Amino acid sequence: MAIAAEDVFYSYNAGTPAEHAALEGVSFSVERGERVSIVGHTGSGKSTLAQHLNLLLFPRSGSVSIDGVSSKPGSPDARELRRKVGLVFQYPETQFFAETARDEIRFAPSNWGMRGDDLDACVDEAADAAGIEPSLLDSNPFSMSGGQRRRVAIASVIAMKPDYLVLDEPTAGLDAAGVRGLERILSDIRARGLAVVQVTHDLESALAHSDRILVLERGRAVASGTPEEIAVFLADNPVQGLLMPPTARFAMGLRSRGIDVSVTSGVPELVSALEKAERPDE
Amino acid sequence: MERAPVFSFRGVVYSYGGSCSPALSGVDLEIMPGEWVALLGANGSGKSTLAKICNALLLPAQGDCFVLGMDVSAPENIPLIRQSVALVFQNPEDQIVASIVEEDVAFGPENLRLPQAEIRRRVDAALELTGLADMKRRGSYTLSGGQKQRLALAGALALEPRALVLDESTSMLDPEGRASFLERIGELNTHGMTMIQITHRMDEIFFASRVVVLQSGRVAWDGESSDFWDGPYLSFDFEEPPELALYRELKARGFVPSGTIPRVDDLLESLWL
Amino acid sequence: MKLSGGFSIGQFIPGESYIHSLDPRCKIIGAFILFAAPFIAKSPYDFIPIAFALAAITRLARIKLGTVLRSGRPVVFLVALTIVLNVFWTPGRELARLGPLSITEEGVTLAFCVGLRLYFLVMLAALLMMTTSPMAFAGGLESILSPLAALKFPVSEMAMMMTIALRFIPTFFEETDKILKAQISRGADFESGGIIKRARAFIPVLVPLFVLVFARAENLAIAMESRGYVPGVPRSRLNPLVWAARETTSILCVIVFIIFTVLWNRYAPELISLWLGLL
Repeated sequence: MAIAAEDVFYSYNAGTPAEHAALEGVSFSVERGERVSIVGHTGSGKSTLAQHLNLLLFPRSGSVSIDGVSSKPGSPDARELRRKVGLVFQYPETQFFAETARDEIRFAPSNWGMRGDDLDACVDEAADAAGIEPSLLDSNPFSMSGGQRRRVAIASVIAMKPDYLVLDEPTAGLDAAGVRGLERILSDIRARGLAVVQVTHDLESALAHSDRILVLERGRAVASGTPEEIAVFLADNPVQGLLMPPTARFAMGLRSRGIDVSVTSGVPELVSALEKAERPDE
Repeated sequence: MERAPVFSFRGVVYSYGGSCSPALSGVDLEIMPGEWVALLGANGSGKSTLAKICNALLLPAQGDCFVLGMDVSAPENIPLIRQSVALVFQNPEDQIVASIVEEDVAFGPENLRLPQAEIRRRVDAALELTGLADMKRRGSYTLSGGQKQRLALAGALALEPRALVLDESTSMLDPEGRASFLERIGELNTHGMTMIQITHRMDEIFFASRVVVLQSGRVAWDGESSDFWDGPYLSFDFEEPPELALYRELKARGFVPSGTIPRVDDLLESLWL
Repeated sequence: MKLSGGFSIGQFIPGESYIHSLDPRCKIIGAFILFAAPFIAKSPYDFIPIAFALAAITRLARIKLGTVLRSGRPVVFLVALTIVLNVFWTPGRELARLGPLSITEEGVTLAFCVGLRLYFLVMLAALLMMTTSPMAFAGGLESILSPLAALKFPVSEMAMMMTIALRFIPTFFEETDKILKAQISRGADFESGGIIKRARAFIPVLVPLFVLVFARAENLAIAMESRGYVPGVPRSRLNPLVWAARETTSILCVIVFIIFTVLWNRYAPELISLWLGLL
């Protein structure tokens, strides 16, 4: 069971003078239960790819299938398939329209025909998964903090009970506490068996929290692999607009100074590598 | 010769209508010409309110605020204050007025009723400083996010201000946009521009010479930035950027001297290797 | 579901052509005089000189003819509707019958003229907007309407509002597109059900859009104020309005053209049929 995108090409404003290619032959797949990151600079095509996974966009050539089934633009089964893939947009709280968090979260499941007790149970479950206290459910999302609103937005998507959750820059605009909270929630959602796909330009977060990473550059997939493989790749082949996290840059600096240390090391590993290294007379 | 402060706040209090606790409850602060001050604080600490008072967009309910010796509460000072202090906000989309790049930069000088030749000179200079000179006839809607924020900066610079107040100006930019924006800001500061940079990103304060922390409407810490990352930041609820964590650990084990700028390159340089 | 791809009627195309560099007042007045031409056209032949004039201006503006022709696309539905209505509901000499409806020769001619009239008006307006930046357009209109300021009409505020409205059209389309997509991905269905159900389906799109527009407006007002804008206070200009000899000449050309079309409309149909008869 997987979402599989194969050799996807896509351009915006096709057939007009403003046409520009967003994806040029990208292949990507995510299995159920995996945690994958798609990283790339602004304009690399990562959001376009995310919208393909949810069948909001359809490839100009190539194919996208969800659990082995593919669809066509406007076909009624696209709506059913779409339900399996929840997509949380960038700054999702700008789509809020309801007066309470509860009504906002009810929107998606009721669009798919859920009613009554089922719907209530579903809302409670989604709120719980997204770390929203029940007391908050009846307050107005517009009066909440940034972190709370983001969690309501995520709950409003997981309420449709998807098997895959795709998030476009989920930490954008959040403060430190908000980011930490969100990281916990994403790990929790994954532990509930959902595949989590995070689209981001934050390499640090991608390296720390993924099973696999896909790197996009100007509409092409330039690398795909484990965080360690990707860190080594990017140290040798810098991609414009993707900043290596400081710890990785420090590790590379140590390597070039003759200390062997893993690129994905955290601060403690870096410090102990330095301690083991020979210090001149002291 | 004694230098006069660019900004001088004395016991400034401000409350928004309908809110019970004041946004600012007695701020005392002086900022001298050429300083680069990083203003830190959690959401709701009052930093944006302070920024708006700098430009007389909001007026203190109690206390005084002087900009270059001018009282912000005196209406006749407002035009000159707005000319001397330029603001750049968070979202570039909310600051761009015109559809064409150069027309947007001209908006401020046009409001100052400058003659055409002077507007032209300022527009070209501001576009040059922000690296947008090649795009002056482009549609502003065709720019990338980073370019749009630099356009907003150009619009502010065309006022030829003495001070810039950046209210979370980099928070919507990607790393590359942020780096190129901060680079421009650094150049301006080396040429003497006074800078107040509001941010909640700790890694941006490495550029600043001074750090001011606001907490529930008051100044909770004020001092040299190198003193700040040597300790006090731990007592505030800020995210510790990896550079800072690394610096702290390296310093504790004597690998780098105290006061090293916690940036990867500086840390590597300071090692014995 | 797809919006216009972010392109509204006659988005400004920056350029340095003769038409681009004309004083916006000249272009606005010229366009309004030219609007008369499609209105006084009574037969399909009368559109020949208008087509030539439009092609000439397009050429002078260094804009692709296709771009101007496509600019009429948003009103194609309206044009089709007027044609259908006019074809069937104009009394006259019957050409064909479709059940109770009859198609008359007068109907066909009228439908043709009304449709073309609408299409040409839109293309003319688009040409004006494509060659005049919103700021210049608003400045020109402000200057033309300045006599109204004596009657306490807020001319300059109106002009600024228009500048901003035009500036925000592309942003507005982009945001609408984003919200639409987001709600579709949460299962919103805009395509099935009756008219009431469909209208209700748009609430989750309209509410966020209004919230966004109001937030934008508030932030923009603060940003404008911080850049020294005070409503109603005179401003100087980066590109001052200059009415020189070529503006006068251009307007004269337009007037001469209108006189020519009046004469053409009066005599050309007869001359053409005479000439066709001779062949």
